[in-house]
Amino acid sequence: MALEPVPSVTGLAVFIPGADIDTDRIIPARFMKCVTFDGLGEFAFYDVRFDEHGVKTKHPLNDPRFSKASILVAGVNFGCGSSREHAPQSLRKYGFNGVIAESFAEIFYGNSTTLAMPCVMASPEDIVAIRDAVEADPETEITIDVKALRVRTSGGLDIAVTMPDSAREALLSGRWDPIQELLDNDAAIDAKAAELQYV
Amino acid sequence: MGKSLFQKVWDAHTVGTIADGRTQLFIGTHLIHEVTSPQAFGMLRDLRLKVKFPQRTFATVDHIVPTINQDAPQDPLAAEMMQALRKNADDFGVTYFDLASGKQGIVHVVGPEQGITQPGTTIACGDSHTATHGAFGAIAFGIGTTQVRDVLATQTLALEELKVRRIEVNGDLAPGVYAKDVILHIIRKLGAKGGIGYAYEYAGDIFDRMSMEERMTVCNMSIEGGARCGYVNPDTKTVAYLNGRPYVDMSDFNATAARWLSFASDADAHFDDIVRINAADIEPTVTWGISPDHGIFISENIPDPAKANTALEKASIEEALAYMKLEAGTPIKGVKINVAFIGSCTNGRISDFREVAKYIQGHHVAPGVQALVVPGSQIVAIQCEQEGLPEIFRAAGFEWRGAGCSMCLAMNPDKLVGDQLCASSSNRNFKGRQGSSTGRTILMSPVMVAAAAINGSIADAREIFHMDATATIA
Repeated sequence: MALEPVPSVTGLAVFIPGADIDTDRIIPARFMKCVTFDGLGEFAFYDVRFDEHGVKTKHPLNDPRFSKASILVAGVNFGCGSSREHAPQSLRKYGFNGVIAESFAEIFYGNSTTLAMPCVMASPEDIVAIRDAVEADPETEITIDVKALRVRTSGGLDIAVTMPDSAREALLSGRWDPIQELLDNDAAIDAKAAELQYV
Repeated sequence: MGKSLFQKVWDAHTVGTIADGRTQLFIGTHLIHEVTSPQAFGMLRDLRLKVKFPQRTFATVDHIVPTINQDAPQDPLAAEMMQALRKNADDFGVTYFDLASGKQGIVHVVGPEQGITQPGTTIACGDSHTATHGAFGAIAFGIGTTQVRDVLATQTLALEELKVRRIEVNGDLAPGVYAKDVILHIIRKLGAKGGIGYAYEYAGDIFDRMSMEERMTVCNMSIEGGARCGYVNPDTKTVAYLNGRPYVDMSDFNATAARWLSFASDADAHFDDIVRINAADIEPTVTWGISPDHGIFISENIPDPAKANTALEKASIEEALAYMKLEAGTPIKGVKINVAFIGSCTNGRISDFREVAKYIQGHHVAPGVQALVVPGSQIVAIQCEQEGLPEIFRAAGFEWRGAGCSMCLAMNPDKLVGDQLCASSSNRNFKGRQGSSTGRTILMSPVMVAAAAINGSIADAREIFHMDATATIA
């Protein structure tokens, strides 16, 4: 199984305000009654984009200036809460292919990497700088450079970002979905099973 | 230098290292439910693979099952998910505790009561509250759907090793302070993201004295503090709880028990961080906002953004207050509630219902409040029935339901309507969590939920139920 390496992603961006944006907010549970991930894109951030009467809210995601954004910019603890992979799946299907945040919740981070969506961490000051640049000019092109661990904007910002080594390795080598490697170690798995007394 | 339980169990289950540096970890026990498994089984079928260890895979239905008229979900999407699980369990030879089995329930209640959850094991499930099973000295954590596929296909996962933070709670808890208050307090102190990259080891006098069910309540909410897993070292209570349970190998129980106890952290174990909390400092705690770390004591006032330390904190408090429609700087006591919910994988076990039943006789749910009591499993429900608990709840105006996740996350008919405010024994108070995009959640212990239901507003259970020193637990 040969997967594409992901050395970088480039696109327009949108800043989503708020700390601790949880996976219930990213994809409300009532939209998770499904047996596939198809169609989840239209429900991403549903209760943030629409009020209880179904009317569009004043939120950056509804701002036509950011309608072509494929990079999401956020604050601390992005993706906290439930382990639901439906969250990064709905973001991917909505049109996002990269996230820049101050910090990420662990399970969300792992799920996103497995879906080849690079998630990188920037300092609070740099998040503000990116946000300001994008708000001043929504056509600002952002590049998340996984190889160099930098985020660059067409406006001239060049920011250092971080991500766990294993996630970076996985994206650069095209092994962001580990299934083949896990399968390849079948003999070692059987040996471990034989060793463990409760298995 | 000695090892922590985390290190012992991690090392014992390490199969190898994969190219990106992550560990390939053997997952001894795989628990599945109807929400995060259909796509994973679909992926398995696409890859033309079988479940590698069907005998280590156990399924139940909990999130979407209704708590009344359980056999006939009105929702066709829910029915489809239940059918998918039935078909996948049959096709792949996986044990399925379905509604007809008498063993169905919330997956994190079913694992322990069946004796499937055991010390020194690794346990994974497509649900972040899998951390619950850590109460038994297991390394148990939530995973995403693609990872569910990995476990089904290989019985392993690619994972980063965690650091370990030991959280000691020593001294004595005051009357009316429960395990739920302990974990809400820990999350308040360490923050919703404090545990990222860590496993939490809960230790000290309080945990030594807690029952297994109380330990489960605490471990359950580890993820709310950012910690993917949390555990309590196994001891004689762990052994006694598991003795004779269905999935425990009883052929040489003394040897098994000795092996289980050997997984406990060594006295000279290395920890990456140690936090010490004085039990006497903990009071009954409720959340006021939209994050599980927004905890305050029942006697405290709702935070005031004007007194925030940073601009970010100020904005955060303002956002929460606006959503919760609460007034800054006012007491949390006396906030009117519309709905009360006792249940969930946090507090849906027999000891939770016994404790509430102790206090509510002679009281009645306030007019206008809908109060639901949902047992965590069919077995818990039967136990409650044998002890006459449903009658006590009904006499006091509570609705007694069938087992399931119910109103914790509203993927089933139990949902808030509009901006109803719910006093809840569950684990998350995020915006819209309980099914309405404007619904509001206040987290607390089951006894505090009962007090709120009876009072019609957030109340101090110690006052409502005239608790004295005998109300001390642990």
